[in-house]
Amino acid sequence: MDYKDYYAVLGVSKTATADEIKKAYRKMARKYHPDISKVPNAEDKMKEVNEANAVLADTEKRAAYDQLGNSYQHGQNFQPPPDWNAGFEYSGDGMPNGDAADFSAFFADLFGQAGQSRQKGNHQRRGEDHHAKIFIDLMDTFKGVTKAIVIQTPQQDAAGHVIRQARNLNVKIPKGVKQGQHIRLPGQGTPGLSGGPAGDLFLEIHFNQHDVYQVKERDLYENIAITPWEAALGAKINVQTPDGEVQMKVPENTKSGTKLRLKGRGIPTKGSSGDLYIVLEMVTPPANNEKAKQFYEEMANTFSFNPRQNTKA
Amino acid sequence: MTHDDVLIGELLDDASLSLVELAQACHVEEQWVLERAEAGIIQGDYQAEVWHFFSEDLIRARKLITIERSFDADAELAALVADLIDEIHQLKKQLKVT
Repeated sequence: MDYKDYYAVLGVSKTATADEIKKAYRKMARKYHPDISKVPNAEDKMKEVNEANAVLADTEKRAAYDQLGNSYQHGQNFQPPPDWNAGFEYSGDGMPNGDAADFSAFFADLFGQAGQSRQKGNHQRRGEDHHAKIFIDLMDTFKGVTKAIVIQTPQQDAAGHVIRQARNLNVKIPKGVKQGQHIRLPGQGTPGLSGGPAGDLFLEIHFNQHDVYQVKERDLYENIAITPWEAALGAKINVQTPDGEVQMKVPENTKSGTKLRLKGRGIPTKGSSGDLYIVLEMVTPPANNEKAKQFYEEMANTFSFNPRQNTKA
Repeated sequence: MTHDDVLIGELLDDASLSLVELAQACHVEEQWVLERAEAGIIQGDYQAEVWHFFSEDLIRARKLITIERSFDADAELAALVADLIDEIHQLKKQLKVT
């Protein structure tokens, strides 16, 4: 287990006031907010910052943590000394707000026990629900798939310590799932206390980026290049869909950027499936030899065409 | 259970979450969910005096909790921030699509 220097994580001194800790935390929370941060691994950073704040913003936990002394370095192998927190009482649960699986083994070992052991002998209590993201390939949703995943779940050992246990699960991902949808696995969260039921595990579906298709809800978008003569004269072109190749008619005088809909070729569902939108992009051949240049000059002379005539200066 | 067992879960939104279940899933009090559902901050579906919540509500609720707790934000302010973040995501997606 690695020692965590929570003061270094928040970038504050060991003598920082509660107000300084709060300010530092908010600054970090803005920087690493997983929805907007451009920092790589922002989500992991945010978990680390949340954990540091959970300890340093809590007077009792901070006092107990400070008892460990200054002799440890961030990342150093660490085992808590026996009775290291004797005399400290935590008013909150051992695990603070948030998903217990998001906290490190260091945190769970130091502070997880307090909340759990305090609850011993209490009435039955349901275990906490957990959340995890699961990444699947877009094509998996067209046929359904079974995914092997590893979940880190806090468990209580015989001595009442909270330990993080890796569990291997094989989960059926049904056909037709979409981005952001959840699969609930009853009883796969934290075990209950005193015989209470276990919590549930919520898996949030995410698609790996696909080389060809962009996904919007249940609809797919595919960019297809066409030649100027196909755009002008119309054509029948072959298009790859998730269900296989189909032939599609490009109407005469098609403009670049035109979207053509292939109904029901998007992500399937029990009701109406999504659609596949083909976005046509006209690509002109390069004028890289005399004959080609001459041809473009001929076009310029033949067409009295100014695509910018409606553009105001 | 052996490692070879395949777990078959319940797909939201074929099924929905009750108010209690959403609160449990987010580690908050039921009152927290109820106040935000009644204020329209979390959409849900209120039918025959029963709340039903779906995947997007679960994502939204967890997002709101993070904002509220990180910045001691008022519920309405957290909702505004969440709306703006969602809009940025949609616009970014649109940029990729078109």
